[in-house]
Amino acid sequence: MRAKIRSVIENNLNVFDSDVEFSDDDNIFRKGFVDSLFAVQLLDYLEQEFRIKISSQDLNIDNFYSVNRIISFVEEKRRQDGGTSA
Amino acid sequence: MNIDLDDRQRGIVDEAAEFARTVLAPRAQENDEKGVFPREVLKQMAERGYLGATVPQEYGGLGLDPVAYGLLVAAIESGDCAASRLLTVHVALVAEAILKCASTEQIREWIPRLARGETICAFALTEPDHGSDAAGIQTAYTVHGDEFRLNGRKRWITFSGIADLLLVIARNEETVSAFLIESATEGVRIIPQRGLMAGKACHISEVVLEDVVVSKKNMIGQPGQGFTYVVNAALDHGRYSIAWSGVGLAEAAVDAMVSYAKKRSQFGAKIGTFQLVREMIAEAVARVYAAKSLCLRAGETRRAGKPDSIIESTIAKHFAAGAAFRTACDAVQIHGGNGFSNEYPVERYMREAKVLEIIEGTAQIQQMVISMHGLRRFGRG
Ligand SMILES: Cc1cc2nc3c(=O)[nH]c(=O)nc-3n(C[C@H](O)[C@H](O)[C@H](O)COP(=O)(O)OP(=O)(O)OC[C@H]3O[C@@H](n4cnc5c(N)ncnc54)[C@H](O)[C@@H]3O)c2cc1C
Repeated sequence: MRAKIRSVIENNLNVFDSDVEFSDDDNIFRKGFVDSLFAVQLLDYLEQEFRIKISSQDLNIDNFYSVNRIISFVEEKRRQDGGTSA
Repeated sequence: MNIDLDDRQRGIVDEAAEFARTVLAPRAQENDEKGVFPREVLKQMAERGYLGATVPQEYGGLGLDPVAYGLLVAAIESGDCAASRLLTVHVALVAEAILKCASTEQIREWIPRLARGETICAFALTEPDHGSDAAGIQTAYTVHGDEFRLNGRKRWITFSGIADLLLVIARNEETVSAFLIESATEGVRIIPQRGLMAGKACHISEVVLEDVVVSKKNMIGQPGQGFTYVVNAALDHGRYSIAWSGVGLAEAAVDAMVSYAKKRSQFGAKIGTFQLVREMIAEAVARVYAAKSLCLRAGETRRAGKPDSIIESTIAKHFAAGAAFRTACDAVQIHGGNGFSNEYPVERYMREAKVLEIIEGTAQIQQMVISMHGLRRFGRG
């Protein structure tokens, strides 16, 4: 899961120089690696890729601002609704 | 073009095309001149379910999928741009944002009323000093127990002149949030904007908020998520909707230019036989086909829930808006002097097409987004 999430972020980096390094704890929005449109795009990706359902209550950037945050969110969701990994 | 739609949706789109031709188009010029969108037309659109076009059927909407919605918008646009702009703000910007970001209780409270057209909505983001730089808006809210108090000024708010409900974006220092505010609330003032080049029948107004008290239950989405989720979700749907408006307007312009080129004679021949006129027709037809193809592609990615749908919609919007404007300009050109007269619809098409290159993100803002996508996607060695 980590590799897939890192890859989707890398494919959507909003920086001219695509060699930038980001850690799994970096706030990718605050550091300007991705723009805020990516936050909405990420929802579709996570729902499709990890077969989870993201509700309006989940729409808080705190759930999605770093690789580790996203992983915790997806794992928690899968625990809640018994979803399966792709 | 073979478009994959079930019979129910196909029927709705076909009926909308007929409605646009027989009801909307004959009144569009008069509405533009009077600066009014008739209640009677709005009522008919509501009765046909268009104001709940994409709203799920369980909430009283038509439940159209993205492709069918796009075709509906294009059909309505070719009859009357103002009617189509109503769909963009009411359905794509507001209803879709509520469906995506609001709580189940809020959805149950508002969406059926929106879908029936009992409540007409407007989307209030832009301010006199903040347009493209929307994240910098200054309209402020403060928290007072279970209530919020809003102060600020919004500008260019389409249909706010007749809307019952406003989706307002405001900030509390670094926290940007979204609120549903009824227009009749004390402290809300609506000031119609006059002297506009286009959108004259769209009741575009300023919305002034002076100590407007809003209950906590009217905040949409969580505090601080107003820009990231509510605005971005709304504008994504809005851009997709405007992309299809581009298709509808370009189609109407091609129709008008070809009809005129077949009728008008100069130098003893129909002007449609002159190669230089034919060049404009050829380019226009190719643009319409290309714009529609991009919109269908965006629609398919949206229908499949693919993450690429945002960039696909952005590209479609950018191209279709430009295609509509260039096609409308050439339609005026082919009409010669008559192109300047409101006895023909093409001068209105040209004015309305320019709007598409400004709303839901200007052409330059789309170019910034698309170029970043290009820098990521291509030239990787
Ligand atoms: C008819 C009409 C209806 C509208 N309806 C609504 C509505 O219902 N709700 C709402 O909230 N808003 C609405 N708007 C506002 C619209 O969204 C804004 O006009 C638009 O976002 C542009 O903002 P602006 O007018 O402040 O222009 P500015 O942002 O000041 O832009 C001026 C020029 O500078 C360019 N520019 C700005 N920033 C950059 C940059 N970084 N790089 C390159 N070029 C740049 C722009 O492309 C443009 O050419 C409407 C506008 C119109 C004209």
